[in-house]
Order: sequence, then C-alpha cells, then structure tokens
Amino acid sequence: MTNARDEFDLRLTVNNVEVARRVPARMHLADFLREELGLTGTHLGCEHGICGACTVRVNGEIVRGCLMLAIQADGAAVETVEGVSESGEIADLQEAFHQRNALQCGFCTPGMLLAAADLVKRDPLASRDQIREHMSGNFCRCTGYHSIVDAVEAVCRARTGDARGRT
Amino acid sequence: MPGTHRRCAGTDMTASDKNGQANPLGPYIGASLPRPDARRLLHGRGRYTDDIKLARTAHVVFIRSPYAHAAITTIDFARAADSPGVIRIVTGADVAALCSPWVGVLTHLKGLKSAPQYPLAMGRARWQGEPVVAVVAETRALAEDAAQLVEIDWDPLTAVTDAEAALAPGSPVIHPDLGDNLAYQREVDTGGVEEAFAGAHKVVEATFKTSRHTPVPLEPRSILADYNPAEQQLTVYQSTQVPYMMQWILAKHFGLKETRVRVIAPDVGGGFGTKIHIYGDEMTAVALSIMLGRPVKFVSDRLESFVTDFHARGHRVKARMAVSGAGDIIGIEMDDLYGIGPYSGYPRGSANEAKQVLNLVGGPYRNRIYRGRTRVVFENKNMYGQYRAVGHPVACAVTEGLVDLAASAIGMDPAEFRYRNYIDAEAYPYALVTGPVFEKLSQHQAHEKLLELMDYAALRQEQKALRERGIYRGIGLAAFVEMSNPSSATYGQGGASIASQDGCTMKLTATGGITCAVSINEIGQGATAVISQVAASAVGVSPDNIKVVIGDTDVTPYGGGNWGSRGTGIGGEAVFQAGKALQQNILTFVALLTENEASMLGIRDGNVIEILTGKTLMTLEDVARTAYFRGDQVPRHFTPELVVTRHFAQKAYDGICTNGIQGCYLEVDVETGFVRLLRHWVVDDCGTIINPLLVDEQIRGGVVQGIGGALFEECIYSAHGQLTNGSLIDYLVPMACEMPDIEVGHVSTPTATSELGAKGAGEAGTAGAPAAIMNAINDALKPFGAFVTEQPFTPEKILRALGKV
Repeated sequence: MTNARDEFDLRLTVNNVEVARRVPARMHLADFLREELGLTGTHLGCEHGICGACTVRVNGEIVRGCLMLAIQADGAAVETVEGVSESGEIADLQEAFHQRNALQCGFCTPGMLLAAADLVKRDPLASRDQIREHMSGNFCRCTGYHSIVDAVEAVCRARTGDARGRT
Repeated sequence: MPGTHRRCAGTDMTASDKNGQANPLGPYIGASLPRPDARRLLHGRGRYTDDIKLARTAHVVFIRSPYAHAAITTIDFARAADSPGVIRIVTGADVAALCSPWVGVLTHLKGLKSAPQYPLAMGRARWQGEPVVAVVAETRALAEDAAQLVEIDWDPLTAVTDAEAALAPGSPVIHPDLGDNLAYQREVDTGGVEEAFAGAHKVVEATFKTSRHTPVPLEPRSILADYNPAEQQLTVYQSTQVPYMMQWILAKHFGLKETRVRVIAPDVGGGFGTKIHIYGDEMTAVALSIMLGRPVKFVSDRLESFVTDFHARGHRVKARMAVSGAGDIIGIEMDDLYGIGPYSGYPRGSANEAKQVLNLVGGPYRNRIYRGRTRVVFENKNMYGQYRAVGHPVACAVTEGLVDLAASAIGMDPAEFRYRNYIDAEAYPYALVTGPVFEKLSQHQAHEKLLELMDYAALRQEQKALRERGIYRGIGLAAFVEMSNPSSATYGQGGASIASQDGCTMKLTATGGITCAVSINEIGQGATAVISQVAASAVGVSPDNIKVVIGDTDVTPYGGGNWGSRGTGIGGEAVFQAGKALQQNILTFVALLTENEASMLGIRDGNVIEILTGKTLMTLEDVARTAYFRGDQVPRHFTPELVVTRHFAQKAYDGICTNGIQGCYLEVDVETGFVRLLRHWVVDDCGTIINPLLVDEQIRGGVVQGIGGALFEECIYSAHGQLTNGSLIDYLVPMACEMPDIEVGHVSTPTATSELGAKGAGEAGTAGAPAAIMNAINDALKPFGAFVTEQPFTPEKILRALGKV
C-alpha cells in the first residue's frame, strides 16, 4: 500500500514548460502548483471541490486542482491562469471582466476565468441562462454574479461576431 | 428575465461620463472607470497572505474541541512531539504566558458582560471548534500528521444551545462568575403602546426567525507572523480589514511597543466583517512566532472556518403592528432574542446586532409609538458578531414583514401602504424614538423610481393572469435604511481602540505623479479605485497618475480601515481634502514662481494653468523638479510643501443613514416548494456616487448575500452544539445559476457632513434582500393562505406552510 508520505517522481508540462519534481503521494495538484512552482494564481477556497477557486486545465479539460493529486498529472499538460494570461488566450475575457467590474476581491477570479474560457471556446452561442449554469461550479461571494455573466456574455457575442445569443 | 438584460437606469443621476455634464466635485467623481488594481487579480498576480513566503517559515495547525462544552482533563503530546518535522507543541497556558486575555465588552452598551478569553482554551472548551492545542512543524502537512497523534481526555459537560432555554432557571451557566447566561439586554418604551394596540383598526403579529449564518469570504482567514527578536519587531501579514486595530491589539496583548508592531494587509480575499475580529488561533500564531523567533503561518481551512469565523444573524423576533383603518401604522412592539457564542466577541462586542435591531425596527416609517426589547444570550456555539449589514436584515425583515401583513389586513396595496407611511420628506433631520438621527432620506423618490423600474402595475397584471393558469408568482417589496459613515459612537465611545477617522497623505512625486497613502484598505470593494478617482479629481490630474498605497501601518496615516460602510464616506473625504490642500500648495508655489495670484490658477490634466485663458504655466513635473532639484530657483524664504496630510471623521451623527427599496419577483412551485428568482430590483441612495460600476456590483453582491440568508444559508446545530453542516458541501451558498439579474437604480442625496457627500453602499443590498424575498414568497402563497417567516425559506418550510408535508 502506498503511504501518503511516499514520494514519487513527477514529470509534466505546466504552462508549456517541462517540469520534473519529486512529490509526496498525498500532495494535490493545486498545492503542487502553489508550493512547488510558486504559481499562486491558483487559489484554495475550500479544498473539498465546491468553490472552484482552484480550477486549472489538465489536457484541455478544466478540473478542480484540489481534487486531483499531483501525481495523477504525471505526463499531463497543465495550464494555470498565469499560463493562459501570458499566452493571450483569455485577454478578451480579462478585458471584459475588467471593464464590467466582474470581480471584487479577485480570489475566485482565476478559477472563474478558466471556467469562462472553457465555455466561450465550446459554446459561444450560450444564452445568459446557459452561462449561469456553466459558471455555477465557481463560487463568488463578492459580486452578485450579474457582472460576471455580463462579461462572459459579451465575450461570447464578440467571438461569434453576433449580437444575440440563444434565447 | 434572464436573457432580456437591461442596463441600469438610475446611474445617470450622478455619472458625469454618461450625461456629459461636468461634476462640480471633479471630472472623475461619478465616472464608471475600471479599477486600477483589478488587472493584477485578473492575471493571477494578486498577492494574498498565503502567497507570501518568508525564509524559515513554520506552519501551525490546531487541535480544536470536538465538544461544545467539555473540561479538558489531560493533554498528552509525547508521541506527537516525536513526529517528523515538529518544532513545537503548545497549550493554553503556554500562549497565555505571552498573550494577555481579552474581554469583549463595550462600556456604552450598558450591562454588556463577558468573561476573559484566552487564545487557546484553558482547562475548559466552550464551543465545538475552539482551539485547544497548537502544533508547529516545518510544513503544514507534517503539522497535521503530528496533530493526529495528540491525545486529549475530555469530560463532556452539558452544552447550552438554545437561547430561550439558556435563560430559564436551572439552565447550566456557561460562566458561573457572570451569574447567568444573559450577556446583554436593552428595552425601549415610548409609552402609549397599549392604547395604540387597543384602539387599532387591525393588529397583525408574527414571529420572525433569521438563521445563524456565516459570512464565507472565499479567502480563508490567514496570518503570517514574523517576529524578529534582535529588533523586538513584530511584522504581521494578515488577511484583515483593520490593520490599525490589529496593531493596537497585538501591542497591547503581547506587551510590545506599538511602534514595534507592523501590520500589513496584502490583497484580501473578501471580508464582510469576518476579518475585523480577534481570533485565538491567529493570536496563537503570533505568540508562536515570538516564542520561536521565526515566521509562523496559519491559514484556516474551510472546515475550520465554519466553526471559527464569527457567525451572525440568528434571531427570533416576536413582533406586532397596530394599524388604523386609513392605513397608518400607529404602533409597533417587538421582542428580540438571539444567542451568541460563549463569549462576547473582541474588541467589538457581540451586541451590535441587538442595538441595530432595536433601533431600526420601524425602519423608514413615521410611527412613533414603539416598545421593544432585545436580549443577547451566551451559548456553547461558535463565536458571533458583526457581519455585513449588522442587524439590519433582521430589523428589515421584521418591519417589512409586518408592513405586508398590515397592508393585507386592511386590504391596501403594499406599495401604497408603504408610501403613505414613510417619514415625511420635510421632517429631516429626523430623530428616531430609539435615539439615532437620520440626516436625510429620500424614501418617496426611491419608491417611485423602483415602481417605475419594476413596472409594478404591469407585473401585478402578469401575476394575476398567471395565477389563473396555476402559476404562482409573488412580488415582494422591502424598504430599507442602512447606517454608514459611523462616528466614534459605534466603538470609540465604548472604550474600544478602533478609529472612526481616516487619513490620507498625498505627495507630488518628482515626475509629477501623485501618491496617496490612505488608512482605508482594499478588500475588493474598490477602495483603490475610489481613492484614485477622488484624488485625481481634487488635484486635477488623470487617475493614471495616481499611485495608491494602503494596508500597511508603517506607511499610511492612522485610521479605521474597512467596516460599517465607511471607506468611501470617511476615507474618501480625507483623500478629497488632501487633494484640495495639495492643489492649493502647488498653486501657491506656482503663483510665486510666475508672479501670479494663486486664485487665478488651476490644475487641469496635470498642468498648472491660468483659469481665464487656459494657458499652461507649468507642468506638474516642472513644479516638482523645481521644488526638489532646483532649490536655486525657489525664493529663499519660501518652502514648497508638496506633501500634505488630511484627516476626516464624521462627527455630526452617530452614523449617516442611507436608504432605498428593493423589489423581488419570483415563482413558487407549489408542488415542490422550490423558489425560482426571476428578477430583482434595487433603488439605493448612497449620496454622491464616485464610481457607478463599483456601487452597482457592491449592491448586487449585497443582495446575493441577503438572498443566501433568505433561501439557503443556515448553520444547523444539534442539541449538543455540534455544527452539522460545516462544509461547503452541506452549507449552501448562492451560485450563479440560482441568482437573478439584478437591476440597480439610484437616487442621490449627498450627505452635508462632508464635501464629497458620499455615504456607504456596501450593506444596503444585504439589508433589504431577505425581506423582499420573504414578502414575495408570501405574496405568491397568498391564494393558499400560507405564510412563512422563518429563514431560510427552504422547499420543506414552504411545503409545510402549504400543508403538503
């Protein structure tokens, strides 16, 4: 049986950079990113998979960084808010969030942005209701969500070059 | 409805960028500019307390009482001490040797009592979650490993968990020295109550319950204490709303020189009141840093947050209202009871909800016959205290619930009933029968605007038509008042060392930039944006040229920080006055250099100009260069003062009351009891608006927290004092899919107590939303004669009211 403290070699790419570390079996991915790599844009709000503040992308899918062990990401391509900011992939979302004040304390924001990026890529025709549904895995205690929905909606519309979404 | 989103209608009242008219206070007052500090948060480049790494940091975790009330017989940590990476394990007495206990009373809340409280339990634990043993190790994981090995023998005691029973004779007394479990009581009686009720056309009554809930800021409480024994210097990085309050308390309780205590609030991931209190675990982290001479970090995990972050709002209020045949409120009587924790909170006490509920039941209405009582009771539950909109949601739910009942009893539309009962528009300033004075409310205007925004008449028609098809929709209104810009009456006069004033030091930099060091700080509400827009307007530069420095007691002027909706109203005014003073000093200097009259000069877009001609005389960079580098060009007997400090405190009233009204439209599924929120509207009057973008989302965020309390949130305790839903899995918070679009409109009645005229906006949404939801649900249930008054209004409670379960 694996002891939680047993260490394993881990190789993966994080934001397109190859990384190799030896990590304890019990270390979750968000702690790995924060503590080992200093990528503190990934936040921990609950560590039981509800709040979504630790949302990162693994092999193109958004996941809870607190519910995945670092060693489960062996060989994977992991992307964090720092990576998608630097690549410019979410520049339009960041601008829309900024213009509409779709954040206050900013603690949920990296996770929110990654969840929103997933939607605007997969379903840019989403209606307001569908945006609310998709963003419902991410808890924001400061805003009333209204401005977040506004921002995501604006990016959806801009990306499809259409003023209307699904109704 | 979602999908038919409309823009806010009311913001144009003050937003100069929208109506094109220059705001007399300056070009950026009322401008919807994006926050200058938001970009780093959007790029994952924020710096919250847990993001800070100092060399040799040790990590502390806590073993907490699993019992609501128990004697601690023995603590054995021999095995834990041998666990890998362990540095130190301490218990109550070890920490008490460094940190003196505290007592959470305020002298102006007469009779408020509490017992000395220590950072870690001393011999007896009094709530489930109270910290008992602290384990410090090289990493948090190693500390948690060792904590599992600490063995504590407990002798469980009877827990006091019901506020009513706690006052009954024979109840166990949590602090025998205090005599009983009654922490505080206050009564008000204007006289004439019996007569009013005896002569009333109708009397309505109900018992309202609001549930004990918890603020849940997304960033948990976090502290990194760094004591340097060589200098006897304590530096604390903390997720706090109140750096100066913390500095004072750390110095006092650890016996340090105040000048050797520095508190830094980096980015703070939400507060809502959670981060204005003293917590034993945080004080223990500081004690450990002093003991070990190295940095010690404590970050609460979410499970700890549920049982330690101060709870709030768990009231039971029996209330009744007398009303005349014409529809006038002629008397109100109420009896409020709530249970706090085993101690009154420190340093703000746990009785402010009592004060606000007692003061503000009756809200914006002109009735002057009132009898009220409030009682605050110790319980073996988590600590309890100030959370966003302290007491207001309770007072508002009671008042507005009674108002709807009264309107219904006499067959009057609830909107009309409210309108005829508001305090007369000419009656201000208006002293409440309970003491506080409302400077000026705009309730009639706000009401008219709300009905227009909602299209109230059309909604009523829609509701009626749908009801005939078996669709049950409800419309709920809630007029609210909200105290902001507090004076020293809130804390300072009660003996708490919490500033009610704030300050700003403004400096012209060598290249013509402006730095503002201000004693309010940022918890996401937009303080940085407010400071830069106010400073830019007052000096005459672009907001791009403003650098804001906040959240560091070594750097900023002294001040109160963030609580009670005071940042913009108090801190903003200090910034405004500092900006005007700096401008004046610059103009005096330039007048001397250019042989002009200072009164003929102004600053626009960073240039000193002749007002009449608009001609630029000097750029601000020229001014700074001359002052700083070319003393030879400065007249010999003149010293340019290009750094100024100004302070502001609101002294005219206990607080400046804001007001407004909310409307809710929802649908109740009478088969399942589920509530679907369709639309929500708010008209708010927060005086001068600095940035409508910020205000609108503050109000929406407040509404959503209020909706949380109304529909979902409740800390459910067992009879033995166990929190049974202490995780985000079991304690429901509002998520995007359940929330409606929220339209915000404004009326603007600037306060005359400051030049800026700004009042608070952070709590209005929370104050009114639960009442609006409650009234809308009851409106929807009206055809069934069903009625709910106990928050949260879960499907189960609605089905019970309908007699279906």
